[in-house]
Amino acid sequence: MLYRESGDFSSTYAEDSQTFPIKFDRYRYYFVLFVAIFVIPFMINDYWVNSLFLPFLIYAIAAIGLNILVGYCGQVSLGTGGFMAVGAYACYKLMTSFPDVSMLVHVLLSGLITAAVGVLFGLPSLRIKGFYLAVATLAAQFFLVWLFNRVPWFYNYSASGQISAPERTFLGINITGANTQAWATYLFCLMFVIFSAYVARNLTRGSVGRKWMAIRDMDIAAEIIGVNPLRAKLTAFAVSSFFIGISGALFFSIYLGAVEVGEVFGIQKSFLVLFMIIIGGLGSIFGSFAGAAFLVLLPVVLKIVGVDWLGWPTDIVAHLQLVIVGGLIIVFLIAEPHGLAQLWRVAKEKLRLWPFPH
Amino acid sequence: MPEQLAFALEVTANGLMAGVLYALVALGFVLIYKASGIFNYAQGVMALFAALTLAGIMDGQVPFSHLINAVFGTDVHHFGWNVPAFLAILLTMVVMIALAYVVQRLVFRHLVGQEPIILFMATIGLAYFLEGVGDLMWGSDIKSMDVGLPQGINTWIDETTFEVLGYGFFIDNLDIVASIIAALLVIGLVMFAQYTKQGRAMRAVADDHQAALSVGVSLNFIWILVWSLAGFVALVAGIMWGTKSGVQFSLSLIALKALPVLMLGGFTSIPGAIVGGLIIGVGEKLFEFLIGAPFLGGATENWFAYMLALIFLVFRPQGLFGEKIIERV
Repeated sequence: MLYRESGDFSSTYAEDSQTFPIKFDRYRYYFVLFVAIFVIPFMINDYWVNSLFLPFLIYAIAAIGLNILVGYCGQVSLGTGGFMAVGAYACYKLMTSFPDVSMLVHVLLSGLITAAVGVLFGLPSLRIKGFYLAVATLAAQFFLVWLFNRVPWFYNYSASGQISAPERTFLGINITGANTQAWATYLFCLMFVIFSAYVARNLTRGSVGRKWMAIRDMDIAAEIIGVNPLRAKLTAFAVSSFFIGISGALFFSIYLGAVEVGEVFGIQKSFLVLFMIIIGGLGSIFGSFAGAAFLVLLPVVLKIVGVDWLGWPTDIVAHLQLVIVGGLIIVFLIAEPHGLAQLWRVAKEKLRLWPFPH
Repeated sequence: MPEQLAFALEVTANGLMAGVLYALVALGFVLIYKASGIFNYAQGVMALFAALTLAGIMDGQVPFSHLINAVFGTDVHHFGWNVPAFLAILLTMVVMIALAYVVQRLVFRHLVGQEPIILFMATIGLAYFLEGVGDLMWGSDIKSMDVGLPQGINTWIDETTFEVLGYGFFIDNLDIVASIIAALLVIGLVMFAQYTKQGRAMRAVADDHQAALSVGVSLNFIWILVWSLAGFVALVAGIMWGTKSGVQFSLSLIALKALPVLMLGGFTSIPGAIVGGLIIGVGEKLFEFLIGAPFLGGATENWFAYMLALIFLVFRPQGLFGEKIIERV
């Protein structure tokens, strides 16, 4: 009954090739957007924003970025944390050097800087493949974190070695620093999420995305039919690092406010984002959202159930969380290698025929 | 500058010792990779788990005591006995074999034929799982480990080098013992692979799964065997590192250090793991000593190994001793 395409006729090419070809799906999407933009900002307070919405939105951007590289182009990267750090430090340097420029420009520029760094570390991918590449990206991770720790210019010679975000505005509204409103930070991040998802979705179904997928499925064959592997791989690294850089900049400036690089952008962060796209679904934009939501919600739910209801010590709950996340990764890889996104697709397929499946 | 030279020599000697320990972890990776094509990221966590289990058993801790206390409100923590080191090592080995069986049975049997990268991610999941289980079983506090290995400065080397060079080298007894044990372990593994029935079967599986299957080699058994061997290597590595710096979470990070070693030596070569380990061990210590500490602000050990491997791989993608990568459409 739901998700039914009958009676939904396309009379132009544009209509035929739109992202949500089924009318019900399209309206559902508009509805979600409407709720996200016009309803949620009026209902949230600081607790909700800081424990759920901001991490979800920011991780969703990072997951989209990594998904482009891993899910669409097939180049496994363990350097996400390092690239997020590049975004954060670029944003910090820009914020402190040009205090009068809008945050929007800073965040976008940080994304571009990260894209350049990403291309640099993507260059070896032309020679190195598979795990070798995964391990090579670890070089980016450890080198970048070390760099930001050791070169005082990056943290403006501050005594603690930390970076902390000064108060900056967007359209005259405070969005970084101490005096921020929950709705303002939420909407600012949401804007970037919508932008990233829109760009990523349209890139991946266009010729660029098809080239990435050709490289992922078999790079030699793709080369023979005329895909330039140099350009395909480097654009994937650039676009992916661009999004990851944006998420790093937001993570530092909007969400945390102060950052110690080894703690926040360490190897654990790389794995966290990788887990998000595995659980959510490799090669799916929706999957990036689903995975980010899942892994942001899981610790919160576990903490509420374990610590508040059952009264267990927090360290046991933290260990249980590791067990559950690790176990889930394995379960997903065995039972549903395409992640939550595949479950969603199956559900849609079932809903089409419901309630008369035969 | 003879003094500088003496320092550099000492650094090199210490680097060689560290390299042996890296090689020890890398060996576990190579074993599993050769036999099953699985790149086992969890090797480091297996070392941590083995070391935790060994320390826990020796101390007579009740496994999962924190969890049991939290759920049932009891207050159990120790059995009240101390297990001798030898027996505890045997018991830990039993645990590692059981782990190998469970992992093979529940995880990798269901993933046969999947792409290598999926298997790799499964082992990352396994690493998290094991880390959580290890902490739940034995608690996450730092434990000291003492199985009777000698520790402290080797006075003989100190005195001899002082007489010859006028500067006494500081070399830890533990490192020397570790090198000897690692050498014995490698010889033992090679002998096992070359001269026993199971070893031959293992090599056959590594060569060609289907051919091995068709002449009657049980893949299941071989894989459990290989994971147990990797568990054994992890236990040895865990004992060495645990004695050196205490049993704690950072132990699992040595797995990350073993990755560039593998890349340098090639994933499929046991001698490669050893040579790669030595190169990385000496290279990072010397780089830190000559360039890192004086010019770059120190702590270059964090990334030097990866950068070296990265640059090396650009010129020789299969590593030093790896099999040449041939790609076909």
